[in-house]
Amino acid sequence: MSDLNAFRNETRDWLEANCPESMRTPMSQGDVVWGGRKVEFKDPDQKLWMDRMGEKGWTCPTWPKEYGGGGLNFEENKVLQEELMRIKARPALNSFGIWMLGPALLEYGTEEQKMQHIPKIVKGEIRWCQGYSEPGSGSDLASLKTKAEDQGDEYLINGQKVWTSYADECDMIFTLVRTGPLEPKHEGISFLLIDMDQEGVTTKPIKLISGKSPFCETFFDNATAPKENLVGGLNKGWSVAKRLLQFERNMIAGMGFGSASSGSSKKSDAKPSSGLATMAKRYVGEKEDKLNDSGLRNKIIDHDMNSQAFALTLRRAAEESKKSNQGPSAASSIFKYYGTEHNKLRYEIMLEAMGTNALGWDGAEFGPEELAITREWLRTKANSIEGGTSEVQLNVISKRVLELPQ
Amino acid sequence: MSLVLNEEQSYLKDTARDFAKNKTPVSHFRGVRDSENPECFDREIWKEMANLGWSGILIPEEYGGSDFGVAGIGVIFEELGRTLTPSPMFSTAVVCASLIKEAGNEDQKKEYLTKIASGEMTLAFALEESSRHSPTNLETTAKKDGDSYIINGKKTFVLDGGFADFLIIAADTGKGTSLFIASKDAKGIDIKVTPMVDSRNAANISFKDLKLSSSNLIGEENGSDQIIEEVLDISRSVISAEMFGGIQEAFDVTLNYLKERDQFGTKIGSFQALQHRAAIMFSEIELCKSCVLESLTSFDEGSNDIPRLASLAKAKIGEVFHLVSNEAVQMHGGIGVTDEYDIGFYLKRARVAEQIFGNVQFHKDRYAELTGY
Repeated sequence: MSDLNAFRNETRDWLEANCPESMRTPMSQGDVVWGGRKVEFKDPDQKLWMDRMGEKGWTCPTWPKEYGGGGLNFEENKVLQEELMRIKARPALNSFGIWMLGPALLEYGTEEQKMQHIPKIVKGEIRWCQGYSEPGSGSDLASLKTKAEDQGDEYLINGQKVWTSYADECDMIFTLVRTGPLEPKHEGISFLLIDMDQEGVTTKPIKLISGKSPFCETFFDNATAPKENLVGGLNKGWSVAKRLLQFERNMIAGMGFGSASSGSSKKSDAKPSSGLATMAKRYVGEKEDKLNDSGLRNKIIDHDMNSQAFALTLRRAAEESKKSNQGPSAASSIFKYYGTEHNKLRYEIMLEAMGTNALGWDGAEFGPEELAITREWLRTKANSIEGGTSEVQLNVISKRVLELPQ
Repeated sequence: MSLVLNEEQSYLKDTARDFAKNKTPVSHFRGVRDSENPECFDREIWKEMANLGWSGILIPEEYGGSDFGVAGIGVIFEELGRTLTPSPMFSTAVVCASLIKEAGNEDQKKEYLTKIASGEMTLAFALEESSRHSPTNLETTAKKDGDSYIINGKKTFVLDGGFADFLIIAADTGKGTSLFIASKDAKGIDIKVTPMVDSRNAANISFKDLKLSSSNLIGEENGSDQIIEEVLDISRSVISAEMFGGIQEAFDVTLNYLKERDQFGTKIGSFQALQHRAAIMFSEIELCKSCVLESLTSFDEGSNDIPRLASLAKAKIGEVFHLVSNEAVQMHGGIGVTDEYDIGFYLKRARVAEQIFGNVQFHKDRYAELTGY
């Protein structure tokens, strides 16, 4: 315990000395730092904060030190996160490398692959995107057709990926490609890392119903990748992909739960409050201390209770997997399905509370927060599609957890 | 609060699981029901439960209990809930034991808690007065008359009220609620057993000029409103644990049925229409588990969010028991609605248990009020 206290003191001192003041202020969507060769910092402090945290390995606190990670254990990481929260520090670096590729490489990568790629993820030097889905391969991902042909020292890649997040701003892409055209569909797929800075790779943004373009189409026309970029073995890509999908699903499930304080085990004197109810009160008013719309109030109650239940379940899963020292607990299989459906519902409730104020597209007659909620509401519709649809998630639970006959 | 069980709690849970499996499988409940025993439980089984120390789990050691805490008794109830084990444990060892522990004086604790712990005395809490839970603004009154109190009023849905040796009565004493303890045989008490759909014991009880001495007063005159609230939260949390056991068993039995039943030349569990509903139930059950554990441990670990967590548990578990018990019957098809098959028992128990100390809507409303809207 005293070791942990010492660690807390050191951490606190270091953060006080190294986290710039401007990085302790609330941030908007545009302030997220993704790193990479093409990164443009809005504020020099962003770079300073990313570099200092990256140097310490604390952008990936639990990853092994030998690959540039922080090397912290579960308890130490908890302390670090608490201390970061205490000073309201912004995340120094976000990336698909941190959330998805890194954890998969640590499990499946060779020593050379780890040494080559992990430190660059930790320091934010390379920005990764994911190339899984194809126009004809959505829920049936394993039917993918983009092919990689053996050319001796390298692979020759031809085909098209879709829903590649931020591909137009990324440096490298981790892909699933067909390397065994004659094998059964799951057994002819490999996991390949491809540099996007080459003539054979082009990207084209896709405009969504929200008006924004977080996704691209990515085309491969005689693109190449060195042989050593194959991860997990020839035609063994599906196992890597499945594992990585778990990381992705956990990440998507966590969206909208950044401040799930109700899941906290800490004793706090703060009065319980509800973000949804506070907002709804502004629009529909109160009557005798109750929200002046009993139907809406009931929906908010359901949602708040489920938010708390879900946050508790995330915490329970963490405690269980820590105790048993095994992989993810059975509870984690519900996170993607439940988290995304729950988040969609949250926005529907906000829309119901705000009425036409939530339906503006543009212009100064609407508040910036209102316009943002409208766009976010539309964005949430993709939550239960990306990373495996809700229906696919329910199939997975039926098959893997409940072991129902197929 | 901790969301994984400690060693002591795991041990209690395992013991209870073995007990339920070997001594009180669902066939035991069916047997008690079919015997038309008006008490609706088996005294021999209750004795065995007391011998295991379960009746004394919430009772301090100095009165013969083990003081293992709310989570300790909660995990036992979860296992007993799986097999619908009927016993007077909830009313006696959870509700009334907590009332006496919190409000009673030294003499009363010595007298009652010791006998609860040893299993020789059963008690029931006469609180409700209408068909829906409403613990405040009681119409039953206790008027002071010299050194005595005269009690008049009518109580309903008194769990275990049909046979319990003693009743704890909540009555209005003018400036607040007071608690009184009385022998079931006292003059002025009229007990009418109300056979319920879940085949457990409950009663309507009326008091006509029931005269009790001031030594029968538990706690301060007019001073028990807060204590009742606190004990209700413990009770809500524990009954949620029992209900959660019922949810899991009904779900497991249904899941097995989906894997065994052939129709159209294949197992019905291969149909996506059923798979997705099963997966959704599984998700809800996972959430329930977290709510029950957090609520149970909140008492023992000293949370400042106890009432809200109790309401979260009771509302969420009530809702999901509704869902799962309905789906369990539906997925069983024709046999699901036969008396010969056990699954209907869970449907019946779900609805009665939901009414105990506040239904789903009661606790949703309370949750919102405690959250400031």
